[in-house]
Amino acid sequence: MASKLDARIPAGPLKDKWDLYKNSIKLVNPANKRKHTVLVVGTGLAGGSAAAALGELGYNVKAFCIQDSARRAHSIAAQGGINAAKNYPNDGDTIWRLFYDTIKGGDYRAREANVYRLAQVANNIIDQCVAQGVPFAREYGGLLDNRSFGGAQVSRTFYARGQTGQQLLLGAYQAMMRQVSAGTVTMFPRTEMLDLVVIDGRARGIITRDLVTGKIERHLGDAVLLATGGYGNVYYLSTNAKNSNVTAAWRCHRRGAYFSNPCFTQIHPTCIPVSGDYQSKLTLMSESLRNDGRVWVPKKPGDTRHPSQIPEGERDYFLERRYPSFGNLVPRDVASRNAKYVCDEGRGVGETQLAVYLDFADSIRRLGRNKIEERYGNLFEMYERITGENPYEVPMRIYPAVHYTMGGLWVDYGLQSTIPGLFVLGEANFSDHGANRLGASALMQGLADGYFVIPYSLGDYLGGTRIEAASTDHDAFEAAETDARQRIGKLLSVKGSRTVTEFHRDLGRIMWDHVGMSRTKDGLEQAVDAIAALRDEFWQNVLVPGEPTTYNKNLEFAGRIADFLELGELMARDALMREESCGGHFREEFQTEDGEAVRNDRDFTFVSAWEFTGDPRTSVLHKETLEFENVKLSTRSYA
Amino acid sequence: MSHSMRIHLKVWRQAGPNAPGRFESYTVENANEHMSFLELLDVLNEQLIKEGKEPVEFDHDCREGICGSCGVVVDGVAHGPQPRTAVCQLHMRHYKSGDTITVEPWRAKAFPAIRDLVVDRSAFDRIMAAGGYVSVSTGNAPDANAIPISKVDADLAMDYASCIGCGACVAACPNASASLFTAAKISHLAKLPQGSPERKMRVRNMVEQMRKEGFGDCSNHAECEAVCPKGISISAIALMRREYLKAATS
Ligand SMILES: Cc1cc2nc3c(=O)[nH]c(=O)nc-3n(C[C@H](O)[C@H](O)[C@H](O)COP(=O)(O)OP(=O)(O)OC[C@H]3O[C@@H](n4cnc5c(N)ncnc54)[C@H](O)[C@@H]3O)c2cc1C
Ligand code: FES
Repeated sequence: MASKLDARIPAGPLKDKWDLYKNSIKLVNPANKRKHTVLVVGTGLAGGSAAAALGELGYNVKAFCIQDSARRAHSIAAQGGINAAKNYPNDGDTIWRLFYDTIKGGDYRAREANVYRLAQVANNIIDQCVAQGVPFAREYGGLLDNRSFGGAQVSRTFYARGQTGQQLLLGAYQAMMRQVSAGTVTMFPRTEMLDLVVIDGRARGIITRDLVTGKIERHLGDAVLLATGGYGNVYYLSTNAKNSNVTAAWRCHRRGAYFSNPCFTQIHPTCIPVSGDYQSKLTLMSESLRNDGRVWVPKKPGDTRHPSQIPEGERDYFLERRYPSFGNLVPRDVASRNAKYVCDEGRGVGETQLAVYLDFADSIRRLGRNKIEERYGNLFEMYERITGENPYEVPMRIYPAVHYTMGGLWVDYGLQSTIPGLFVLGEANFSDHGANRLGASALMQGLADGYFVIPYSLGDYLGGTRIEAASTDHDAFEAAETDARQRIGKLLSVKGSRTVTEFHRDLGRIMWDHVGMSRTKDGLEQAVDAIAALRDEFWQNVLVPGEPTTYNKNLEFAGRIADFLELGELMARDALMREESCGGHFREEFQTEDGEAVRNDRDFTFVSAWEFTGDPRTSVLHKETLEFENVKLSTRSYA
Repeated sequence: MSHSMRIHLKVWRQAGPNAPGRFESYTVENANEHMSFLELLDVLNEQLIKEGKEPVEFDHDCREGICGSCGVVVDGVAHGPQPRTAVCQLHMRHYKSGDTITVEPWRAKAFPAIRDLVVDRSAFDRIMAAGGYVSVSTGNAPDANAIPISKVDADLAMDYASCIGCGACVAACPNASASLFTAAKISHLAKLPQGSPERKMRVRNMVEQMRKEGFGDCSNHAECEAVCPKGISISAIALMRREYLKAATS
């Protein structure tokens, strides 16, 4: 059904669309708001801000998260900053530029209207956060400080030391706790959504598991908001927190929500390299480091000298060489791929030779150690804590790692999925970053969705929809609960010989090798088969210890890995289908002689939207064609 | 390559909130200096699962010292021996082959046991709900630069705001007081003009909630500051006291 993919973008000039939308939506009478129960799944930046804003409006909000407190969502780990075109530094920034950079950065695979709105509301986010007491960095005059962040030629990034995500999340969490105290928001921590309940074609509830007691529960609502984050952990090793997962989104996909652009994955260039098999996650070193650090490798392959023994003339500052105008600040995908290439040439450094240097010596000479310490002190400390090396004296070693997933559930302009009443916010949706996300724009999107978009679009839905009375005794609840129970029973009863982690690691290896930084038709075809085989093996041979009725991390993870084993295949299929190179999706068959990406605008200027049909093998592709009325598609060039 | 280490562990095992707990001894043969402490527990757990035993449960998420999920007492010290380091960032290079390490959960009346090393820290959320916020609803904020804030105050506010809410301060305190946690939020907001109008109510309500939860009083042991992975200074507690006095006398 083509109509399912109606993005419902308001008519009118780009810069007026959001106002026109707000002028035309239905409103919910203030006295009626508390009669509407809204289920918010996930309380990171997107869900936390949504729960707070909706609670303030008077809705009856139930909010769910996996961690023992909403303050611990994965958003907490964001380091670098959040963008907004305030133009405080007077360096020529405008809303249009922020919009344009985001569209271009996304390699023209995002919707103009959504991205423009994002750039518009970004300024309000900064105002809101400051009013909440977020301690952004300031200058001596008492005004807010800005810095330039990967890929941007203006300074538009607001930051709170290297802990921007923490401070923004605490702001949203505090705003939400204020609503908890006011009685509009009820918080369910340590609670995992296992399924979506659809009644008469509308999202009306969820099935959850209490992660302490194992109790399975039903929750009824008038709408469900999914803000459950990204799925980077499908690669096993990533910079995502260990609990980040796709389960909530995947269960909605299985119930009818289309999954968009699953193959668009961001691989971040500046992470601490892998040290061994036991490695459980990867640590990001903020991209802001590339402002003052220079990336290099030895010119000679196999050069194992200590970096201090390698003279200037024998070093290859490969980003500065290949991209003279952006240098070390090229977008993430470009920086990552180039790091991979130099390592493929045997010029990688460190024990594993899967690393490049990020060197601060020049900046320390130029600005002094104090300035560098002020800018990156906590990042340097973190690096030293993990590696045992002092980056003030020895260059850091970095390597790309999976970091962010641009793909996610398909949503329209109002963030509604293909299931009416199911809205998707933050990293869990596909909407704003196209094929590649710019630094400091995920925090912006999460908070834009939660504070400034959903309060309007949800109101429009609830104000304009007759929501039938229903109860948790409905057959649909019964069926979904039975499914969830059976699945848990099945996971525990296999009692095979390989652990959940072993399966996850195997899946990660397939994904990294074949659906990673550089992809080929052959590799992707192999991946599709290998993942399907691994999935079959999982259900016959997984070993999940313990009981269903206690705190049981392995059981939680088993359910999540089972879903990753389906998602992984869809990602490979999506990558196979997309016969072009764009953003984070690089197909080796589609490159210039110098190894630059070749996009195919004629055939692929669309958003893929996959429909689940019972098995990832037979998922059906739908397409939302992207119309560019305001920007001209050009080759993304950073030379 | 790095050397393999043999590490002996004495781990607190407890099946549930009301079950009796006990120490169990285990040995991990193939530990390694680059591993984090939680990775060591991962390796132990894989070993236990393969032996048909139940793995050791512990909370964790970011594994980069920022979410505050992890938290265990290692050889008697909350988060272990490295200063300003959450246990997920503690690396095995600080140990040597043959060492025995004792691992226990946070112990405090206000943090009821859940299982093994996992405890219930929801009291912290209730303290926050009592007043750890600025009452500003979405959409009405003035321009972010409308009120200049001195860099000194902003930086101090940030120092206090960097609390990760892990609960180590409670675990380390002989009185199991949550003063450092509570004071960090009160001090963060007291340093900013945005937090000022509500400061009296805030300090009264948060302190009262802290007592209701069953946390003890602060008697200046400063053990909290010593174990805080973010190095939050007990000057916060002094500031909280001043705020409390001001609120009580007005
Ligand atoms: C190390 C790191 C640094 C980053 N730095 C930056 C930066 O500087 N700037 C920037 O803009 N972006 C940055 N990002 C990206 C950004 O942090 C994330 O994209 C963003 O925070 C995601 O927010 P979210 O609210 O969508 O999801 P999350 O913060 O991931 O929250 C997901 C929520 O959903 C809950 N949840 C998940 N599944 C379920 C379920 N089944 N049932 C119930 N609850 C569930 C979780 O408990 C959690 O509350 C960084 C990312 C990483 C990994
Ligand atoms: S796991 Fe997040 S602080 Fe240790």
